[in-house]
Amino acid sequence: MTTRQFGASVKRNEDARLLAGRAQFVDDVKLPGILHAAFVRSPHAHARIVAIDVTAALARDGVVAVYTAEDLGDYWRPGPVIVPPPPVEGALFNERTQVPLAKGKARHVGEPVALVIATSRYIAEDAAADVTVEWDPLPVAGDLEPAAAPGAPRVHEDLPDNVAARVRQSKGDYAAAATRAHRTVKRRFAYDHGCAQPMETRGVVAQWDAGAERLTVWDTTQAPIAIRNGLAAMLGLSERQVRVVAPFIGGGFGPKIMLFYPDEVLIPWAALKLGRPVKWIEDRAEHFFATTHERGQIHDAEIVLDRDGRILGVKDVFLHDTGAYDPYGLTVPINSQCTLLGPYVIPNYDSTFTAVFTNKPIVTPYRGAGRQHGVFVIERLLDIAARELDIDRAEIRRRNLIPPDAFPYDNQIIYQDFTRLGYDSGDYAPMLAKALDMIGYERFLREEQPRLRAQGKRVGIGVVCYVEGTGIGPYEGAKVQVQTSGTVSLLTGIGTQGQGHFTSFAQIVADQVGVAVSDVEVITGDTDQFYWGAGTFASRGAVVAGNAVNEAALAVRKKILRVASEHFECAEADLVIEDGAVSIAGVPGRRIKLGELAVQANPMRGAVAPGTEPGLEATRYFGPESGATAAGVHAMIVEVDPETMIPSIQKYVVVHDCGTVINPMIVAGQVLGGVAQGIGNAFYEQLAFDAEGQLLNATLADYLLPTALDVPRIELGHTVTPSPLNPLGIKGVGEAGAIPVGPLFAQALEDALELPAKGRELNEIPLSPCRLWELAGSPG
Amino acid sequence: MNVELVRVATTVNGTRHEREVEPRLLLADFIRHELGLTGTHVGCEHGVCGACTILVDGVPMRACLMFAVQANGRALETVEGLAPERDRLHPLQEAFRDAHGLQCGFCTPGILMTMKAFLDENANPGEAEIREALSGNLCRCTGYQHIVDAVKLAAERAR
Repeated sequence: MTTRQFGASVKRNEDARLLAGRAQFVDDVKLPGILHAAFVRSPHAHARIVAIDVTAALARDGVVAVYTAEDLGDYWRPGPVIVPPPPVEGALFNERTQVPLAKGKARHVGEPVALVIATSRYIAEDAAADVTVEWDPLPVAGDLEPAAAPGAPRVHEDLPDNVAARVRQSKGDYAAAATRAHRTVKRRFAYDHGCAQPMETRGVVAQWDAGAERLTVWDTTQAPIAIRNGLAAMLGLSERQVRVVAPFIGGGFGPKIMLFYPDEVLIPWAALKLGRPVKWIEDRAEHFFATTHERGQIHDAEIVLDRDGRILGVKDVFLHDTGAYDPYGLTVPINSQCTLLGPYVIPNYDSTFTAVFTNKPIVTPYRGAGRQHGVFVIERLLDIAARELDIDRAEIRRRNLIPPDAFPYDNQIIYQDFTRLGYDSGDYAPMLAKALDMIGYERFLREEQPRLRAQGKRVGIGVVCYVEGTGIGPYEGAKVQVQTSGTVSLLTGIGTQGQGHFTSFAQIVADQVGVAVSDVEVITGDTDQFYWGAGTFASRGAVVAGNAVNEAALAVRKKILRVASEHFECAEADLVIEDGAVSIAGVPGRRIKLGELAVQANPMRGAVAPGTEPGLEATRYFGPESGATAAGVHAMIVEVDPETMIPSIQKYVVVHDCGTVINPMIVAGQVLGGVAQGIGNAFYEQLAFDAEGQLLNATLADYLLPTALDVPRIELGHTVTPSPLNPLGIKGVGEAGAIPVGPLFAQALEDALELPAKGRELNEIPLSPCRLWELAGSPG
Repeated sequence: MNVELVRVATTVNGTRHEREVEPRLLLADFIRHELGLTGTHVGCEHGVCGACTILVDGVPMRACLMFAVQANGRALETVEGLAPERDRLHPLQEAFRDAHGLQCGFCTPGILMTMKAFLDENANPGEAEIREALSGNLCRCTGYQHIVDAVKLAAERAR
């Protein structure tokens, strides 16, 4: 019997190409006669465009074209709303989406104003500097709170104020619960801007083949099919005339789905207009403005508890900074609103958010997609409540966890996927217990911390819990085909940015079709290969596409058995599929290779029975009724140097439940990478804007991504509660590591510096050595 | 505008190349777009991320911080030169595959070149030394742990 591949740490199919430098990324696309693009971008956060003079740019040798908004004619139009607002009663949403090139005024630094096309990137950048724009600077709606205040400069002048959206959701009766409170904790929490910074910036290459009347676009997108559909509609082409390829993508983390970035609209248009291929590759400086941001929120939250520390209710009113436009609808703040409820029984909840336009780059989901903020608020409230009620931090969490017999658990409010927020399955208390055991919680508090403190060391511990809604719909599809060579191809519309789809999907197929994982050729992210799909986001790849792959592979397995039973003239039940061949159990020598069977399944002459489909091939789709809820607990022991306020993580553990695991090695990689981004978000990475909306740290020398010296070795523990919402029992894992690190840092650093004794708290993220120094007061 | 072109003669992965280039052409662009060796990636163009790291006369350098003309007369090694043949990886590459030391793979060529030079100098490194040597290369996917494991594995296997 061959070993089952599903559940094994199979080495990745894609690695050899990536390691040898052969994997094709968008900037590696080479086409004859290609032209290069550069953008002229606004230096102001908010300014009227008085005049644009492109004559000097056009006069430069090698410049082919310069376009401004006026040159786009009817092609100039605001982008679509990617995710329409969920059906929450009374929700207000003002749709103001980004435009291809600023017309009339610019609304954030870096908004594109003109597009230059030249024979080389160097010349295009020179010519972009030749373009002169006469600006009339306007007052800026910069910081979130002032932008939300009456009389603030308006980002969109046709609106009465900067309110982009307002949504209230509630369950139970918070006001009534508050009257029964033994203790009320009320605080303000702030979570400032950060960004994803994938190591590959964005880029687009477009080629119009006039002979074939077909457009091919290579795009660093996480959603090639949606880009294909939108481009075809905008350009007046049929979808069959447009091919969008998302080849190897150098990290995505959310911002690589925007539908549409201005460049995604303009580069294909320019290629069509000029009849020559055009390439634009974002540089890192542009990336800080031309690619979306996340995070900025301010919460005024309160929690009411009974004498034993059981939560009676939570009330939260928060502001969400959506930047200059709101193409992603309510996704980020809705996630914050929903994820605040966490793994806890919170019978009464009243949450209202106001999304606010500011003169800053656009905010869209970045790994975690708003969940960080909700988790930060509830975890901090519990820390403070525990202290005030004199209950241990881990114990107050344990007391409030949803019990295992309460699943499926209905949270009664509406989630980002338009369905009621429910948790499909889970068992949280054992995860908490396991994490506490792994970190040595009791022993640390009882023995080590007093001992180390006596030596003058500032050491603290933290433990936080979270849930993550994953694997939302609508659907994905997959096509599995046994090729005549005997290898198996798997096509799916979902693209990959490093998550290992070439391997985990191949593992599913390998088991069903009886071939080696390395004999499954996975093709993703090419709209000519697979027509349908939504995209890679919301930790949904393995859940949604994985189950579609499984269904398609099962259907192919059935076809293999049927064709082989005809070939051998035996019952299907007597057949065994393994090692790339079908044989009759117990009859040596009666064996046919899958490739030969594939040839037989595609007869070139003669007649077939009515209804016969050719080949050993099947296409299936999978759409879950709602998302699967993953969960986890992170714990950390940290030491802080009281002079430099630089933390040194002594021990970090993650216990995680993502349902059934396809490939433990890949899951571990996802969690470890997520934690690293969480550490960056918690302590190193902050987009520092001044009051004029200027970003002050737009280089990687100033916006600090964590290095190998900042991210510790992380110990992983797993528990498994399979999801009942899909046949494979999978829950998503992509975002989990990144979500709870902010409150973990706040809690552990507070403990290390004994801040509560000084009446000080850490109620904001990101922190930094300077900010920690300020918040901690004197180091003494 | 007529720019005077400058001759660059360099050896890349053992093959000699001669080109006439603009003096301002970055070495990273020369390698990728003039020579077509696109395994070297450009992540930041300001010398921080390390994705474009190549070996110049055996020493790791950032191809985005050098002009092509500065490579004149020098021997360069890029990721394409690591594997001895198409179907066989270099032991360091093999260790990265075995330890899951890469996810999206964009930063990987620069990390491989940095770690190759590091292991050439220090065949028996501890974890702290590996992390120190790795700290000039940014990776946004892995959290570094599996990269450290891969480098350790490669060192162990070489012993």
